[in-house]
Amino acid sequence: MATKIVMEALSPTMEEGRLVSWKKHEGDAVKTGETLAEVETDKAVMELVAREDGVLRKVLLAEGATVPVGALVAIVGGADEDLAGLLGGPAATAPPQGSGVRGQGARPAIPAAARPAEAAPAPARPESATPQPLTPDPQPLRVRSSPLARRLAAERGLDLRLVPGTGPAGRVIKRDVEAAGTAPARAAAPALPTRAPTALVPQAPAGGFRDVPLTTMRKTIARRLGESLGPVPHFFLTSEIEMERAWEARAHLAGRDEAYRVSFNDLIVKAVALALRQHPAVNASFLEDRIRYYGDVHVGVAVAVEDGLITPVIRHADRKGLLEIAAEAKGLAERARARKLVPDEYTGATFSVSNLGMYDIDDFTAVINPPEAGILAVGRIAQRPVIVDGAVVPRRTMRVTMSCDHRVVDGATGAKFLQTVKLMLENPLAMLL
Amino acid sequence: MAVLTYRDALNQALREEMARDRNVFLMGEEVGVYQGAYKVSRGLLEEFGPMRVVDTPITELGFAGVGVGAAMAGLRPVIEFMTWNFALLALDQIVNSAAKMLYMSGGQVPMPIVFRGPGGAALMLAAQHSQSFEAWYAHVPGLKVVTPATPADAKGLLKSAIRDDNPVVFIEGEMLYNTKGEVPEGEHLIPLGVADIKRPGRDVTIVAHAKMVAVALKAAEELAADGIEAEVVDPRTIRPLDLPAILASVRKTNRCVIVEEGWPFAGIGAAVVDGIQREAFDDLDAPVLRVTGADVPMPYNRQLEKLAKPDPAKVVAAVKRVLYVG
Amino acid sequence: MTPPPETATQPAKAAPPAHGEADALRRMLRDMLLIRRFEEKAGEAYALGKIGGFCHLYIGQEAVAVGTMAALRPDDYILTSYREHGQALARGISARAVMAELFGKATGSSAGKGGSMHIFDTSLNFLGGHAIVGGHIPLVTGVAFAIKYREGDQVAVGFFGEAAVNNGAFHEALNMAALWRLPAVYVCENNRYGMGTALERASAIYDVAQRACSYDMPAEVVDGMDVLAVRDAVARAAERGRLRSTPTLLEVRTYRFMGHSMSDPIHGHYRTKEEVEDAKAKDPIHAFAARLRADGLLDDDRWQTMEAEVADEVDDAVRFADESPEPAPETLLADVYREPAEGAR
Repeated sequence: MATKIVMEALSPTMEEGRLVSWKKHEGDAVKTGETLAEVETDKAVMELVAREDGVLRKVLLAEGATVPVGALVAIVGGADEDLAGLLGGPAATAPPQGSGVRGQGARPAIPAAARPAEAAPAPARPESATPQPLTPDPQPLRVRSSPLARRLAAERGLDLRLVPGTGPAGRVIKRDVEAAGTAPARAAAPALPTRAPTALVPQAPAGGFRDVPLTTMRKTIARRLGESLGPVPHFFLTSEIEMERAWEARAHLAGRDEAYRVSFNDLIVKAVALALRQHPAVNASFLEDRIRYYGDVHVGVAVAVEDGLITPVIRHADRKGLLEIAAEAKGLAERARARKLVPDEYTGATFSVSNLGMYDIDDFTAVINPPEAGILAVGRIAQRPVIVDGAVVPRRTMRVTMSCDHRVVDGATGAKFLQTVKLMLENPLAMLL
Repeated sequence: MAVLTYRDALNQALREEMARDRNVFLMGEEVGVYQGAYKVSRGLLEEFGPMRVVDTPITELGFAGVGVGAAMAGLRPVIEFMTWNFALLALDQIVNSAAKMLYMSGGQVPMPIVFRGPGGAALMLAAQHSQSFEAWYAHVPGLKVVTPATPADAKGLLKSAIRDDNPVVFIEGEMLYNTKGEVPEGEHLIPLGVADIKRPGRDVTIVAHAKMVAVALKAAEELAADGIEAEVVDPRTIRPLDLPAILASVRKTNRCVIVEEGWPFAGIGAAVVDGIQREAFDDLDAPVLRVTGADVPMPYNRQLEKLAKPDPAKVVAAVKRVLYVG
Repeated sequence: MTPPPETATQPAKAAPPAHGEADALRRMLRDMLLIRRFEEKAGEAYALGKIGGFCHLYIGQEAVAVGTMAALRPDDYILTSYREHGQALARGISARAVMAELFGKATGSSAGKGGSMHIFDTSLNFLGGHAIVGGHIPLVTGVAFAIKYREGDQVAVGFFGEAAVNNGAFHEALNMAALWRLPAVYVCENNRYGMGTALERASAIYDVAQRACSYDMPAEVVDGMDVLAVRDAVARAAERGRLRSTPTLLEVRTYRFMGHSMSDPIHGHYRTKEEVEDAKAKDPIHAFAARLRADGLLDDDRWQTMEAEVADEVDDAVRFADESPEPAPETLLADVYREPAEGAR
């Protein structure tokens, strides 16, 4: 019984996937649950697994090629089964519902009577490497685009769904299509060598310019952040926080035992989480017709990875101890850099922290990660001249800037929240209260 | 080339056409002895006599109808309305008599008549004296509607209008009468239905007619300071509308803002948008926006009046929206 | 009918006809008969759905159109309101062309685009039926202006009903005609009712002719049931226009035997059956025929021949209209504009 293997939606926001490498080759026997290929989603490298036993009969996507979710990538079937019907029939362009993830209902080429084994759901389907997508409809979205952008995209062979839109509500407009350049010839793309890290680092030629195609992650970053600054009315609150006590406390802890080493960022996450608990108005999302206030506090921590960034989530950060937060943050960051995060680990934050202190940034503003209503941008801790009792004295301080979605958070609300964060960091003991 | 005011360019057109064709005469309130309420007809009574420069009683319906009747009998009347606000009294004659005569006579009775006078708002003249009627007349098949923006256009278009065998609604700008520009001497004819690029540009098309051309040009100047090159297209004739010229510009710039002084509902811009979305849909990178007069009777108060009229700032804002900047 | 006030002006009587014009007089009788039979047929065709829209019949008023046209020259201009089948026929537009226009056919006098209310024939200087009450009266003034402008000796003649004299267009147009001394003849066909409203319910004064006083314009009250009286009065007015460039207002008292239009009742709330019957007793065709008989200008033979000819002519017109082609679809867009215009474009 031949089965189509399609590009599956392996993350909630995934609209396309890049086939990194095939783990099975044409003619290989495959068992249910075995990895067929590695796929780069917008967030991570994931595994595409077999949903049926059989033989990998046909590989339809070259390594390195990118296709939208739902596109046919391979066929698994009996060793000498005739595949003509699957390859030639109208089902060759089956919609994404044909994906193994979404169940068996959509294999129209084969009459139900001819596959009695599928009459009932397979009782013990192995869990895939990733949980079922949380959003109800991961298939390609209707793309908002100007008529001109549509025409230009058609002329250049670009898939508009892959072009980040910078117009109102993410509308793809002329400049976006022009920025996207021309499309890779997808179906006929030659097999790329296995992704080498260097390939992602743009090396500027001596003169002129060099176009480097966007990685899936870069596209997602561009689209998501573009969606944010456009429709989300940001405003910014900056505060300078004295970090002397925090500095001492951290040094004291680390001095006692290496196991007690926590980062400043862990302190900040904890302070933010507690402040969110005290200021539920900030722990919220704007949902067009309503504002959703969250009962739990999940803090996203932006992590730079080799070709982008990702924001793993420390769940229930308000209820976790510092050491717990530190351990979790460390693990998540490592997994993020190895691109091994699963969607559960980088979705669902209610507020985020972005720290560029390690890059010697004094202060900056961050772009909100919708649907969150705020993000705290954290600068470096440095000794700065501070006036105390009329005298200029050196003090370790840190500047933080909070970006607020004004539809949810008003100035005073944000300011009070930030005051609490400041209080806790300036007096770490307050976090115990 | 001589530099003339818009007023004198019109005067020159009238004088030349009356000298050229004995069937052309001017009729209206204060056109003769008084030399014209806005002095457009200055000197014509002395030159052509009272049979060809005819002062009328204040009877817009009446003398508009007299003009129609004279045209039916083969003359080429130029009927002056002191302002187009008063021509509402003559609407029956313009629409029911002039516009339909050729058609309802089965092609037997042509209607070579020009109705002309100032339209649009001037300054602090309040609700009954500050109205833009081009959309009303452009709605009517059988009428041509001309709205010159410059002295040269005023002359060239009026001469063509007088020679046209159809009823022409020729709407001048009261605020334009004193504007100056180079005007070709003698046989300067601008065909009706041909637009003019008042300023070339590549980034956005601004369609504006009559007084709004100056507003659009001012906006284009401000935009140029931001590196935005606006193309200002003046259709000059509202009906027939030179849609091909507008489309050519939009195909180049992919964006369009339409400026008109009149009210928004079913205005000129609505008709232009209709043409653009139909013929240039795939060339649009943004919705076409309109800058119009406010949807209110014109208030007297200076500040309120200013709010009610299109101005360069409103045009600049609209342009930035279609360019997705600012 | 409300009796006229004692101060009401009495119409002038016609001068006795000269015998030398026997053929002309019989011709007038025949024209009136043609109008009568034509309108009766039009009423039938309307009832059969061959004629659409509004159809205003002229039955009862024939003497006004025929008497007026008899006094005019071929180069004079005629403009009328929408009740103009009679004027069109009296002016000499063929029954075929008029009937075909009512049928909306390509062979109609306005190529099927005008219909009952918009009959034109520029070859006869017949400049149309116009259908906004009073709206065409300024046009009459305009045509008269053009005549004077060109120093011609024609007159512009305009027909309208008595209900039009209360509207501003009438006042503005007559004022200018008198002010500028234009050769216009304003023929007010006073048939007593503007649709269903009697003159005295709409006008502050009974004698329409008195309106002319406002403009210092010559005026006459004319018996509209007497075709010769109409002819004489129009002749006087035309001469006034031609020789002295002076306009005239004629109030021609007549009566409409039919309803306002084919879709309106002949009598009812606004007038009684008896009143209509009384008016019919003064039928202008019968009266004129009787007079010609009395003068020895008409006998049974001639009358019967006339009746037969007219019946044939009307039947022929109906047949012609029926068999004529519809306007071609492509004519829909024709004649909205006269193109190319001279000079421009």
